Amino acid sequence: MSETILKIENISKQYRLGLVGKGTLDDDLKRWWYKIRGKEDPFLKIGEVNDRSTVGNSDYVWALKDINIEVKRGEVLGIIGNNGAGKSTLLKILSKVTGPTTGSIKSRGRIASLLEVGTGFHGEMTGRENIYLNGAILGMTKIEINSKIDEIIEFSGCERYIDTPVKRYSSGMTVRLAFAVAAFLEPDILVIDEVLAVGDAEFQKKAIGKMKDISQTDGRTVIVVSHNMASIQNLCTRVIVLKNGKISFIGEVNDSISEYLREDRYIKDGLNTTDRKGNGVVNIKKVSVFGKTNLSKPQTSMPFSIKFELENRSNVLNTDLRFDLRIDDEMGQRIVWLSNKLLHIDSNNIVKEVLFEVAKLSLNKGVYNVTTYITVNNDIADWIQNAFSFEVVEGDFYNSGNLVPMDQSKVLVDFNVKYS
Amino acid sequence: MSKQKVNKEEWLFEITPKNNLLSLNLNEVWKYRDLLMLFVKRDIITVYKQTILGPIWYLIQPIFTALIFTLIFNKIANIETGTVPAFLFNMAGITTWNYFKNCLQATSNTFGSNAGIFAKVYFPRIVMPISSVITNLLRFGIQLFIFGIFYIYYFYFQGAEIGFNRYSILFPVLVILMGMLGLGLGMIISSLVTKYRDLKYLLNFGVQLLMYVSAVMYPLALVQDKLPKYAWLVEYNPLAYIVESSRYMLLSDGTFTMNGLLYTGIVSVIILFLGIIIFNKTEKNFIDTV
Repeated sequence: MSETILKIENISKQYRLGLVGKGTLDDDLKRWWYKIRGKEDPFLKIGEVNDRSTVGNSDYVWALKDINIEVKRGEVLGIIGNNGAGKSTLLKILSKVTGPTTGSIKSRGRIASLLEVGTGFHGEMTGRENIYLNGAILGMTKIEINSKIDEIIEFSGCERYIDTPVKRYSSGMTVRLAFAVAAFLEPDILVIDEVLAVGDAEFQKKAIGKMKDISQTDGRTVIVVSHNMASIQNLCTRVIVLKNGKISFIGEVNDSISEYLREDRYIKDGLNTTDRKGNGVVNIKKVSVFGKTNLSKPQTSMPFSIKFELENRSNVLNTDLRFDLRIDDEMGQRIVWLSNKLLHIDSNNIVKEVLFEVAKLSLNKGVYNVTTYITVNNDIADWIQNAFSFEVVEGDFYNSGNLVPMDQSKVLVDFNVKYS
Repeated sequence: MSKQKVNKEEWLFEITPKNNLLSLNLNEVWKYRDLLMLFVKRDIITVYKQTILGPIWYLIQPIFTALIFTLIFNKIANIETGTVPAFLFNMAGITTWNYFKNCLQATSNTFGSNAGIFAKVYFPRIVMPISSVITNLLRFGIQLFIFGIFYIYYFYFQGAEIGFNRYSILFPVLVILMGMLGLGLGMIISSLVTKYRDLKYLLNFGVQLLMYVSAVMYPLALVQDKLPKYAWLVEYNPLAYIVESSRYMLLSDGTFTMNGLLYTGIVSVIILFLGIIIFNKTEKNFIDTV
């Protein structure tokens, strides 16, 4: 189990930004001129960290820089990171679609990659013909496909359409067929990019089940990139967090996920305003979250408050204000929605502060992200996606000393059991 | 350094920034032979889907081109084709020329038209151009068959003085050389075109210009006779040599020498190897520039 099957050493990938034109010809000539004089490529010394949102000085960026990973046989390695962190680039290099600029990857097993399902599908050909073509593209031989074709067709659930051209398929059916082919690949290392995010719920479940089979029963190695924390948590044994082309964390699944979620968002006065919209008639200035007292942490079953200080230059009244809180769990799943409009308003005030109070917090232990949404007379004034997050400490909700497991329920409900 | 050497044996393969120039990796191509044949199958069965005439298009094109050539070059411009009927003369030239042209055009766009697949999955890229060459070989077979029908017609019903000779058995060699030239040139162009698209525009009319110096619609002897100054352009053109020789083998008309065949063979091999080298160099990172 502990044998290293894949060794990624100092992998870097440089990209040139901007357009291809005369400028690139100049650079190419310069590179060539350095090369024939036996000097090092001058463009490898320059290049900036790949931060999508800041404008840089150089035309060259490092999409990946000095990546070192060792993957063990039978491991399911997850790769997470923000958009542009280099996840897909790494997968592309692993699957030999593009070469690294420096470094090397050594492997003890056959790698098959699934950067997309249904690569090479041709609409004019029947489902059966496409299974053969797609299988061969993914590296299977005709004999291998022959021996598995019945299983593949059955797994796809497209028996009725199998001799119909694929262009007549619904998009969901195409995906099913394509994934079915991929599921019966038997490489030593399977590289997957986001493909789990397709198909209906039933099929997704089937797909994740199949992937678990591949790693656990067959002992194959899987490397998967996903934005879906739930499936990462479900599948992976180890997770790598990429940030701006570098590894920022490697470790256990839950550690990595919280590391990724926590990662330096721009926070000021408790607010992360990277994704903020609205006309700003009313703005949130500051937020504070607390439990029983101003100083205590939020705890399950205890009183809970979120206090907002608002900037309200146009003296908006609370009757014209709509203030929603959307509370998501760590995986991005919506748990609770609160709005001042749900309640009866019985006074007219110029708003300076808004305080949401919960008498008995029914959220289970965990980290929660809050999106705030404020409108004034139905115009969006301040809408901040994932404005802040707070952590809830475990508490004895049922006064019995028994706790509800975190993965069983995020929300706790008062209930009774009667016996007779 | 020595430690690396010890480790080297254990690894199944290694991914590094640069490809070995001549690592053709025939082994790998052989492993993907099923894919090669499936691509050929795909190209054949999907090309004429949703057309009424279907594969008849394969036949219409050479017949009509031969007809027009006969009208313009032989009837109007009075190019002599000796004892051979002008129509057959043109058709023989067009059929062989078309094989080269189709191979070149199909392979020269390898990276561009397959970028979608190449961006998502790895297989030896060379499988694509090779499959185009094989697909076109089948097309060529069909066109040769129709040429055969006209051949029989002229031979039996018109009493034309045509016939095979002992060199006719070398005809398959010509076809292979033609394929090699098309593949080699196509791979060179496809590699260069990934970054700078200029060549794509050059190709279209370049192929047309090339046809005029490849002795397709006139016998080689005619150029030597009328334009001795520029005859070398045609004489040293391996394509012209193949076209001229194919007419000799099929119709016993024109010239043929073993030395010429040797020369053409050497040029074809050089171009093919050059193509493979450039193609290998490009395939690794083309997806970043295409």
